[in-house]
Amino acid sequence: MNGVTARLAGIQARDVVRSRWILVYTSFFLLLTEGLLRFSATDEHALLSLATASLMIVPLAMLVLATIHVYNAREFTELLLAQPIARSSLFAGLYGGFALPAAGGFLLGVGLPFLVRGGGDPAARGALVTLLLVGAALTFAFAALAFAIALLTEERLRGVGIALGVWLLTAVLYDGLVLIGTAVFSDYPIERPLLGLMFANPVDLGRVLLLMHLDAAALLGYTGAVFERFFSGARGTWLAAVMLAFWIALPISFGARSFRRKDF
Amino acid sequence: MIEFDGVAKRFGSQQVLRRVDLRVEPGQIMGLVGPNGAGKTTLIKLLLGLAHPTGGTIRVQGAEIAGGDGYRAQIGYMPQIARFPDNLSAAELFRMVQSLRSHAPTVDRALIARFGLADQLDKPLRVLSGGTRQKVNAVLAMMFRPPMLVLDEPTAGLDPASSATLKDDIRERGVEGAAVLVTSHIMSELEEMCDQVAFLLDGAIRYVGPIAALRAHTRQANLERAIAALMIREVA
Repeated sequence: MNGVTARLAGIQARDVVRSRWILVYTSFFLLLTEGLLRFSATDEHALLSLATASLMIVPLAMLVLATIHVYNAREFTELLLAQPIARSSLFAGLYGGFALPAAGGFLLGVGLPFLVRGGGDPAARGALVTLLLVGAALTFAFAALAFAIALLTEERLRGVGIALGVWLLTAVLYDGLVLIGTAVFSDYPIERPLLGLMFANPVDLGRVLLLMHLDAAALLGYTGAVFERFFSGARGTWLAAVMLAFWIALPISFGARSFRRKDF
Repeated sequence: MIEFDGVAKRFGSQQVLRRVDLRVEPGQIMGLVGPNGAGKTTLIKLLLGLAHPTGGTIRVQGAEIAGGDGYRAQIGYMPQIARFPDNLSAAELFRMVQSLRSHAPTVDRALIARFGLADQLDKPLRVLSGGTRQKVNAVLAMMFRPPMLVLDEPTAGLDPASSATLKDDIRERGVEGAAVLVTSHIMSELEEMCDQVAFLLDGAIRYVGPIAALRAHTRQANLERAIAALMIREVA
């Protein structure tokens, strides 16, 4: 990050931190985590519910909020474009200034209730750390996707619609479609294609990373179960983590490219 | 000095600018006029690098702008619409733009006071009225005393006092040697501010020259009538 990018990200982050939505977003995870910790038998159970909720809500919130954020910042972006700075620095600053505080809100909301309990059950600590990392990774991935969508779609309503469509596809419909595909092609050896399908969805990747630490494969969809059988242990975790990093890098570079070429 | 040389711009199938040739010399205040949708804002966006031309070249102080981003340090830009991040204050905004332009964070108190912004500096920008935000915009464009000014409908939404202040400031910058390109829908205002006027129609400059010459040429009493006569003649 160069100096200009850092200064831009700083001022954007200051705006985001003072906004109402980040307050609501952080409080939501704070209340959810606190409530689940109070009413679940074990920390592991609480984490399982929290993981399921986070895998749905983080992508949804980032897709909608980041898309709207980009549209709202349109005139301000134009003002910044008229300054003597490179477009690549400007994109990095705008994106960082949004995604970093958003990830911070998630980490604070989920982490704080565990922190005041001294970190919670030591047996569940691995799962907690994984949840925090996956949540942060999904924040970066889906915020970047939302930036790319908003930059490529001139019309605001259409952009938000596409963002919602992406959420439905990745977080809701994907496992069902995979299940249908599996049933249809059940006479064939489809483990490898299934694995490929899993890589194609960051939400599923996050899910695999989580279930590997939660011992609850059966609860978390078909692709997850296949994945666990295929890669048990450190190798699978690393592979999924690398793929998740790729899912952050890909939309960022895509968004940066459309930002560099765009006519404002 | 700002030079457009055969500049063209197409958005998809729509040819917004066909061939624009225009020069704004230091010390010149050039008014850019034309019917709605003639491409005035597009031309300004091309100059600032917000959009990329599909043909021709644009030069600032003699150097082609396609080469980099640094040239924008010499241009003060006032966009048509003033919308800023909701939760920042004008003071924070000024400091940020100064830091982006690697200027020492000094406050031009005289300029801020002239626009009556002194007691608005620390409020969140979202609570300021549209006109007040436009004043913030004006200060942002003028605060670095750049050798070139680009102003898109600068007085829209300003109260008469601020509008007069801004026009005086623009004239003063012109006298000091700045090259100024300004659009407006209010012809009397351009008449007051500018010495030259460029008339943009159907993506090309149809007239450029002193306002007095245009009035004489069209035999009209004021710029509004003169431009109207030009438009009618072009259509007929």
